[in-house]
Amino acid sequence: MPYNISHKAKPVDRRPMNFMERIYLPGIAKGLKVTLGHIFQKRPTVNYPEVKRPFSSTFRGLHILNRDEEGRERCTACGLCALSCPAEAITMEAAERKPDEMHLYREEKYAAQYEINMLRCIFCGLCEEACPKDAIYLTQTFAPANYTREGFIYKKEDLVLPLTEEMKTKQNSHQN
Amino acid sequence: MILLALTLSLVLEKVILISVILGASLGIAMYSTWAERKVAAIMQDRRGPNRAGPFGLFQPLADGVKLFLKEEIIPTVSSKFLFVLGPSLAMLMACMTSAVIPWGPDIPKADGGVISLQVADINIGVLFIFGVVSLGVYGIMIGGWASNNKFSLLSGLRAASQAISYELAMGISLIAMVMMTGSLSLREIVEQQHGFWQDGWFTWNFFKQPLAFIIFIVCAFAELNRAPFDLAECESELIGGYHTEYSSMKLGFYLFAEYINMFISSVILSSLFFGGYNYPFMDIVAANVSPLLVSIIGVLVLLGKAIGFILFFMFIRWTIPRFRYDQLMNLGWKSLIPLALINMLVTGAVILYFFSPK
Repeated sequence: MPYNISHKAKPVDRRPMNFMERIYLPGIAKGLKVTLGHIFQKRPTVNYPEVKRPFSSTFRGLHILNRDEEGRERCTACGLCALSCPAEAITMEAAERKPDEMHLYREEKYAAQYEINMLRCIFCGLCEEACPKDAIYLTQTFAPANYTREGFIYKKEDLVLPLTEEMKTKQNSHQN
Repeated sequence: MILLALTLSLVLEKVILISVILGASLGIAMYSTWAERKVAAIMQDRRGPNRAGPFGLFQPLADGVKLFLKEEIIPTVSSKFLFVLGPSLAMLMACMTSAVIPWGPDIPKADGGVISLQVADINIGVLFIFGVVSLGVYGIMIGGWASNNKFSLLSGLRAASQAISYELAMGISLIAMVMMTGSLSLREIVEQQHGFWQDGWFTWNFFKQPLAFIIFIVCAFAELNRAPFDLAECESELIGGYHTEYSSMKLGFYLFAEYINMFISSVILSSLFFGGYNYPFMDIVAANVSPLLVSIIGVLVLLGKAIGFILFFMFIRWTIPRFRYDQLMNLGWKSLIPLALINMLVTGAVILYFFSPK
């Protein structure tokens, strides 16, 4: 009795080939039936740059630093996101808001520097959960390729939500 | 006795015909590479080339440009003359076979003569094809030898012995057919397959000699060095085989020669066994349209059949695994040659007993 690694092994058919198998042509026809059948099969490949698969609704991608409806940055540089980050990808530097910056920052303290290293980040979303000010969110995009490691360290200007026209007019009206 | 009356119009006709045929076979070979990749992709549920142009149709052009611009490497230990001769010979022989193929019915001229759509109507057309095809393997042999690489040499040896083994069966299978047609001229053979149905039986040779067709097409696969008989270039054993050391357009010539050969043998297969430019109800068509159109339809029918065979070659390549070398030799010597001999004997006996003039 030969030693079997598993019970799933099928015994090999060692009978000599019969006539139909030996003339080989029916085998070719059978093979052609399989391969030609694939002409009508759906191809799983997506033409990537033109067609993109939708992400799941819970996908966690690149971070964004949120603004309020008047266009002011919400972040108050409390450091809870950095503290909660298991990969230690977030660093920041706080600064005090000047009286003439009321229209730029929502809180009295704001993040003068804010960096996320996308090579360290594991996109767990804990920063998003830790934030008491609704300031950081994970979006549905992912970090594009880059040539250097430095390119993956996203600065504040890469992260903060771009101003809409509406926000700009509101900011200007507050300033005056 | 005038053997060949050379007139300016004749020379002009032939030059135009040759350039058209060469251009067409190069173009079809070019797009065969594209079609091969597409066929492979479709059979494996992939998409294939689709970046260059619509459906990737400019891919062969991009490949051609790439091959031309690549660095040309000639190994220092190779014999340089033979190294260059190899791919040139392969390409030359691939292009030469098209000379005796009748591409379509004659086009009548205004002055009563005809323009023949065949470069040379020699009365030994079939023999000519065999001769040129067997010369084609010299390209591979010389290339494999001149590379001074053991894999190339092994591949050259394999290609040569394979070609010799299968040429025998191929020739014998055709003898049976030639006994029926009574002519070696391709024009004659094609004309005998006129229409599709006559006197209660098909006119096409495939229905008269099915066994010869099967033997012939198996041998054609072997002669073309295509899967499942591509032992001369099997990557898993011999790296690239005879073109291991080749680069740039010399490699391109080898690859291209294979595709031209495939096109030409598809045309030969359709001419010998599937009626060439003949098609069912062709007499009704001929009675109703102009003679020029008849010729054009004939050419298109022949090309359609050839493209069908090319696709068949490709389907087979992406379906069947490669033969082992001893299996290849067993199939050639122990199966195909006896089968071809029996076929020849039976055909001869039938002709002698039933069709010989009393």
